[in-house]
Amino acid sequence: MHTSAQLIYFSSVSNNTHRFVEKLGLPQGQIARLPLHTRSETVHAMEPFVLVLPTYGADGGSGSVPKQVIKFLNVQPNRELIRGVIGAGNTNFHDSYCIAGDIVAQKCKVPHLYRFELMGTQEDVSKVHKGLEEFWKQQSSLSAA
Amino acid sequence: MTTSVTNETQSTLLTHVEAINWNRLPDDKDGEVWNRLVNNFWLPEKIPVSNDVQSWATLTEDEKTLTMRVFTGLTLLDTIQGTVGAVALIPHSLTQHEEAVLTNIAFMESVHAKSYSQIFSTLCSTKDIDDAFRWSKENPNLQRKAQIVMDYYHGNDGMKKRVASTILESFLFYSGFYLPMHWSSRAKLTNTADIIRLIIRDEAVHGYYIGYKYQRALELETEERRQELKDYTFDLLFELYENEVQYTHDLYDGVGLSEDVKKFLHYNANKALMNLGYEAMFPSDVTNVNPAILSALSPNADENHDFFSGSGSSYVIGKAVETEDEDWDF
Repeated sequence: MHTSAQLIYFSSVSNNTHRFVEKLGLPQGQIARLPLHTRSETVHAMEPFVLVLPTYGADGGSGSVPKQVIKFLNVQPNRELIRGVIGAGNTNFHDSYCIAGDIVAQKCKVPHLYRFELMGTQEDVSKVHKGLEEFWKQQSSLSAA
Repeated sequence: MTTSVTNETQSTLLTHVEAINWNRLPDDKDGEVWNRLVNNFWLPEKIPVSNDVQSWATLTEDEKTLTMRVFTGLTLLDTIQGTVGAVALIPHSLTQHEEAVLTNIAFMESVHAKSYSQIFSTLCSTKDIDDAFRWSKENPNLQRKAQIVMDYYHGNDGMKKRVASTILESFLFYSGFYLPMHWSSRAKLTNTADIIRLIIRDEAVHGYYIGYKYQRALELETEERRQELKDYTFDLLFELYENEVQYTHDLYDGVGLSEDVKKFLHYNANKALMNLGYEAMFPSDVTNVNPAILSALSPNADENHDFFSGSGSSYVIGKAVETEDEDWDF
C-alpha cells in the first residue's frame, strides 16, 4: 500500500494508539495504519511523515520495537521520509518507558517529538495537535531554505 | 475451564474437555502477554534488600511505622488479587489461553505478596511486623477497599469482576506505591524501591491485559448493557476513590504528604480508566504528579525529553542510516 499520509502509526488489537490517533481528528488521507500482521505487505510512504508507535517488551529495549514497525522501516524510502517519532507507553516500565520510540529516533536520526501513555489524555491530544502543526511549518520552511 | 459447551444445563451432558493448543491462538494478545509475563518473571530473593538496613536506620519512628503500614496494605491487595481476584476471572475467560495467562497473573501476585514479607524480615523486628499486620486488619478504610473489591469477586458478573480487577491493578495499589518512590527520590531504601518497581511493572501488564479482555468481552454485549457497565465503572471508581482519599489521609497526614499522594492517585485513576477503554476523568491540573516521584517511577517521563514540550529549535535532525532486521533487537 502506498500512502501520502503525514502520520503513520502502528497499533496492536488493543487499539490504544489507534484511539489516540483518532482523537487527533486529522483528515482521512493524512493518516495510515501499519498492518497488524507481519505477513501482510507493509506501507510505502510517498511524503515526509511522523511515526507513532507503542513500546512492547521488557528491560533494555530488547524486543521493544514492534516487528511490524521493523518491517516498515527496513524499506529504505520509508527511512528517508521519516521526520520524527511519537512514542506511546506506560511510565510503569521505568527506563523502558517509550523506549521503542527512542530506538527508532536514534536509528533514523530523527527527534522523539512526544511521549504519551496508553491512549493519551485530552492534554496529550492538544499538545500533539499543536506540536505537529508547528513541526510541519518548520519542516517546510527548512526545505524551502 | 473452557469446555465444548457453554450453557449450564448442557454441561451435565459434557463428555470431554479440551486440551489447550498453543499452536492455534484465537487471540494473539494471549501469546504476546504470556511471553511478556514469562520474560518479566522475577523473585525477591535476587534483590539485595539487606543493603537498605543502614538507610532504614535513618528513618524516624513515624516514618518506619508509615512504611510498614503501607507495605501491609499492599500485601493485603496482592493477597486478594493472587488467591481470589485473578482466579475468579478464570471461569469468565474468552479463550483457554486467557485462563493460562490468568494463572500466571495469580502466581505473580503471590510472589508480590511474599516479597513484602522479605522486606519486613530484612528490616524490621517481629514485634513491629505483627503490629503493622494488626493495623492492616483494623484500619477501616483499608478493610473497606478490600471488602468492596471482594464483593464483586464473589459475585457472578464476569464483566464487573474484570472492571474491579483492573481498578485494583491500576489504581488501588498507588496510594502505597507512592511511598517507596518518595524514599527512592531521596536516595533512601533504594533496593526496596527496586523490588517495588518490578511489582509496578507487573501490575501494568496485568491491568493492561485484564482491561483489554474487558473491552473484547464488551463487544459481545448489547448497547444497553455497555452503558450499564460504563456507569458502573465510573461509580465504582468514584466510590473507591473517595475511600482512597480517606486512606491516604490516615497514612500520610502525619508526614504532610497527603496532597502530593492525591495527585498520584488522580494520575493513576486516569490510567485505570484508559486500560478499560474509557477516557481519562481527572483534568491535568490535578494529575500533575510531583516531578521527583514521576522521575523515580520513570526517569525519562519528564517534559525535557519531548521535542514538542521543550526548546525544540536546537534539535539537530541528521541523515537516515542503513538498517536491516539484524540491526533491531527482537
